[in-house]
Amino acid sequence: MAAEDVAQTVRQISQQILAAGELMSGAPLALVGIRRRGEILAQRIAAAIYAQTGRNPDVGALDITMYRDDVVGNRSIIIPMGTEMNFRIDNRAVLLLDDVLHTGRSVRAALDALVDFGRPQFIRLAVLVDRGGREYPISADFVGRRLEIPDESRVRVSLKPIDSDDAVVVNSAAPTAAGVGL
Amino acid sequence: MTSSPTWTRPHLLTLESLSREEILTVLDTAEALKEVSTRSIKKVPALRGKVVVNLFFEDSTRTRTSFRLAAQRMSADVVDFSVSTSSVSKGETLIDTARSIVAMGVDAIIIRHRSSGAPEVLSRTVQCSVINAGDGSHEHPTQGLLDLFTMREACQRRGKKISDLHVAIVGDIANSRVARSNLWALTKLGAKVTLVGPTTLCPSAFAEFGVQVTHDFDSILGEVDVINMLRVQFERLTSAAFPSVREYSRYFGLNDERLKRCRPDVLVLHPGPMNRGLEITSGAADGEKSAILRQVSNGLAVRMAVLYLCIGAGQFRE
Repeated sequence: MAAEDVAQTVRQISQQILAAGELMSGAPLALVGIRRRGEILAQRIAAAIYAQTGRNPDVGALDITMYRDDVVGNRSIIIPMGTEMNFRIDNRAVLLLDDVLHTGRSVRAALDALVDFGRPQFIRLAVLVDRGGREYPISADFVGRRLEIPDESRVRVSLKPIDSDDAVVVNSAAPTAAGVGL
Repeated sequence: MTSSPTWTRPHLLTLESLSREEILTVLDTAEALKEVSTRSIKKVPALRGKVVVNLFFEDSTRTRTSFRLAAQRMSADVVDFSVSTSSVSKGETLIDTARSIVAMGVDAIIIRHRSSGAPEVLSRTVQCSVINAGDGSHEHPTQGLLDLFTMREACQRRGKKISDLHVAIVGDIANSRVARSNLWALTKLGAKVTLVGPTTLCPSAFAEFGVQVTHDFDSILGEVDVINMLRVQFERLTSAAFPSVREYSRYFGLNDERLKRCRPDVLVLHPGPMNRGLEITSGAADGEKSAILRQVSNGLAVRMAVLYLCIGAGQFRE
């Protein structure tokens, strides 16, 4: 996916969210992105919601490092970035966002992290790409693009301003194969 | 987030042995973990199932409590082991004590010991992480890191870098592990350091470390960005080296009058516990320039970071 496709996909997700009555008409909405690229997604979707409705949903960034189930037993490290949520999530409608949904482990960790901050009325999940390969029983409520790709393949999402450009690239596991644009 | 992730150590023994990048990794991790202590549920599951032992051969209330809370906020189980209640008072050696504790299945030993180098010796004998909580007059790495963290926070508010700072460390430098850890950390990050104290407690030989040494506190007041006041450690002093309390306080105490001659944005640090009225007056300790209580809360975040890096770090999978 090139930059324009990414933008188009974000617009689609935003439209789905705007059409979801439970998110737009009930308890005040909070968008919580999993760091780092889920956070960018949250900001873009919040901007789209504001453009369409004039409403400014709260946007938070969730660091799930301390909640992961795969951090022990290896000496290389993940440096946490910290969570930034300057609002309460009790009784709110929370939309959790991530760039890629794969095993479901990140989302599991994010759910554990979120409930440490309070008790939302409900939590929904939106992802830019669902690539399959679930290991935990988790599914997304809003999906930008579904991919049917082998388990060994890697999906790389680039989003500005973290990355130099917006893109989604699938790398096959074979070391010589070049990335395939979508 | 300035540094690239760098950390492969199971132990934290000294700051002398750490690289600049490793020091920054600890500070960045601590910065991310600070938020945990502001939540209503002040706990993350990162070290669930890990066991941390506080093995203190010297009295300490705040460091021990800080490590204990740090471990608990990371969901580790903590056991306090202190000299008076252990078989150490029955003549057991440090190594035997530690080995039998490790045999119970622990992941980290936090050790404070009156002998310099005890944590290092321990780390070569036991199969678990060893974290130095102060060894003799050698090092107190987590204190050095939390002092640095507190200075960096102040820098960030003022648009400065650690390397822009001129830091005075004032007091009994010769006997101070806090001074040594500060000295290593600050020089690695490029700060200018001046050691201040009476000639008997602040030998000129320290100039070898690439720092300035002065015995005239008043002469540098207007130049420094940070004043780190050391505690007068009566328990470590020989009477000949130490001037009278009144003399010490007069020449090396931080009081309101000296503080007025400092830069308006000077930062006052003290590792605690303070001898109020001796090395620092209440006005200086409790005034707006004091970061002493911020040091305490930052200490918690730094120790959470150290525990995470030494016993909890792992690999990102996705």
